[in-house]
Amino acid sequence: MRATIITDNWWDIRDLSNLSGAILDVLDDAGAPDWTLYVVSALLGAAGIVAFIGAVAIINIWVERRVVGRMQSRLGPNRLGPFGLLQPVADAIKLMQKEVLQPRTADGLVFSVAPIAFTVPGIVVLAVLPWGRNMTLANLDVGIVFILALSSLGALAVFIGGYGSNNKYALFGAMRVIAMLISYEIPIVLALLGVVLFAGTMNPVDMVLFQENYWMFLVLVQPLPLLIYFISASAELNRTPADIAEAESEIAGGYHVEYSGMKFGLFYAAELINCVAVSAIIATVFLGGWWMYKLDEIVPGWMIFIGKIYAVYFLFVWTRGTLPRFRIDQLLSFAWKWMTPMALVNIMLVAAEILIWKETGWSAGLLFPIYIVVNGALTAGLIVAWVRFMGPKFTRFPDRPRFYTTIDVPSLPAPAPPAA
Amino acid sequence: MIDDTGIAVAFWVIAVTTVVCALMVTAVRNLIHAVLFLTLTFVGVSGIYIVLSADFVAVAQVLIYAGAVAVLLTFAIMLTPGADRLNSETAFQGPAAVLAGLVLAVIVFVTYDTDWQIDEGRVSFAATATALGRAFLGPYVVPFEVASVLLVTAMVGAILLTRDEEEEEGTGA
Repeated sequence: MRATIITDNWWDIRDLSNLSGAILDVLDDAGAPDWTLYVVSALLGAAGIVAFIGAVAIINIWVERRVVGRMQSRLGPNRLGPFGLLQPVADAIKLMQKEVLQPRTADGLVFSVAPIAFTVPGIVVLAVLPWGRNMTLANLDVGIVFILALSSLGALAVFIGGYGSNNKYALFGAMRVIAMLISYEIPIVLALLGVVLFAGTMNPVDMVLFQENYWMFLVLVQPLPLLIYFISASAELNRTPADIAEAESEIAGGYHVEYSGMKFGLFYAAELINCVAVSAIIATVFLGGWWMYKLDEIVPGWMIFIGKIYAVYFLFVWTRGTLPRFRIDQLLSFAWKWMTPMALVNIMLVAAEILIWKETGWSAGLLFPIYIVVNGALTAGLIVAWVRFMGPKFTRFPDRPRFYTTIDVPSLPAPAPPAA
Repeated sequence: MIDDTGIAVAFWVIAVTTVVCALMVTAVRNLIHAVLFLTLTFVGVSGIYIVLSADFVAVAQVLIYAGAVAVLLTFAIMLTPGADRLNSETAFQGPAAVLAGLVLAVIVFVTYDTDWQIDEGRVSFAATATALGRAFLGPYVVPFEVASVLLVTAMVGAILLTRDEEEEEGTGA
């Protein structure tokens, strides 16, 4: 046992597993059959995660609107309650009161199931992530693949929502989601494969222990996968640099254009929940999860984890607040022409590095600093090379807006003079 | 372990759901609904894998079939003309029924023919992913590589078949 000030008393909420362990002990002593222990522990963990999700869905509306407002030099919600803190509560009450309209030609059951199917994967992902040293609801050996499988289900839910609405713009949004999913699923899998190769495990719990064991965050040796995963995930999340699936200014909200009331609210909340889930995945896989050098001996692991989640979440809000929306062809070609090849390059590099590490038997203390330098330099070099050779040409004094191309608009025939 | 009440209940619930969904795939008129039921069938099959303690296969089933294949099917349906979007009678019904019957016969035959070794002592399978990886890159490396080459060939072939030469010359690609 490591030196730590966190005690084993049941009331010590710095390690929440004490409390659940105490409840299970009481049940066990009372002679409850084995299956009740499974059921009770599952319910306890699920209750914790759902409580966190509920809090997040309410708080993040305020966080996101305020932070984006600050970035865009405006105020954001600031009227209701101190600093506008009660605004999300008012929003939620309003959404619950609103009538849930459904188009007469909509595909009834599909239309109703879509928001639920969209919400569930984001919540379930949090079950396989470690929230502390002893705080994992489901310790899955194939956790990373499980996460990937769930993330692809969410896009299907968005599609059936758009399809079930029986609306032209909703279907546009749905098809865009499918096109994005097909393109961005590959870089996501390849990026996480690099990390899995390096850590030698697909278990999120073991990944955190690997980072603790070697005293470093995996992002140091794997900066390129973090970049690829971050960009791809923000595309899968439909967040603003890549939110072509809802694109209010083009297709009026895309897949959720026909949704109202709490069904829309569920879509809205699920976007925030999915974003938090992706932030949690990044925090676990790349940023050490609940482990933070010596800090996790003083501060409870789940607080560190939530802190890291919000640090990554801030990056998502930042990109949302500052970047304009891309066109769909830009996004798709970016996925195929840059991120997939780069992820493949990274996998070959990681495989070589792991081979050197395992075969020569040199110590990690010697090799990892070299890997950090090599991989960092490679990441920077690849980005610069891509911008230089494949991106738009740089001109210091452009004579036309750089991202626009001029097209020939056929001139209309002159209008006939009005009849006298 | 497999005789445990919980496992038995889970198996029957999952099995009945899967079979009902599979039947609905052929019964519903709307092709999109058929794809959704097919997705549920895939998820149900992965549930059966979980009951059998094959965690990696179960998760891969969801990732590949419920995620990728279902999306590809939706893509294919949405890109075909609307008139063909009904799960209506076609000339292929008879041959398809024959084929399905043959597949069922083969599966039933294999099930009865295999000498199942029931290991009473083993309660859980540890780390199936590692074992699968070793098998793929060890004794079965040649079939594994052949399958990869086959997939690449299929992909290149599909691109070659659907390529529109005039269009490419037009864009100068």
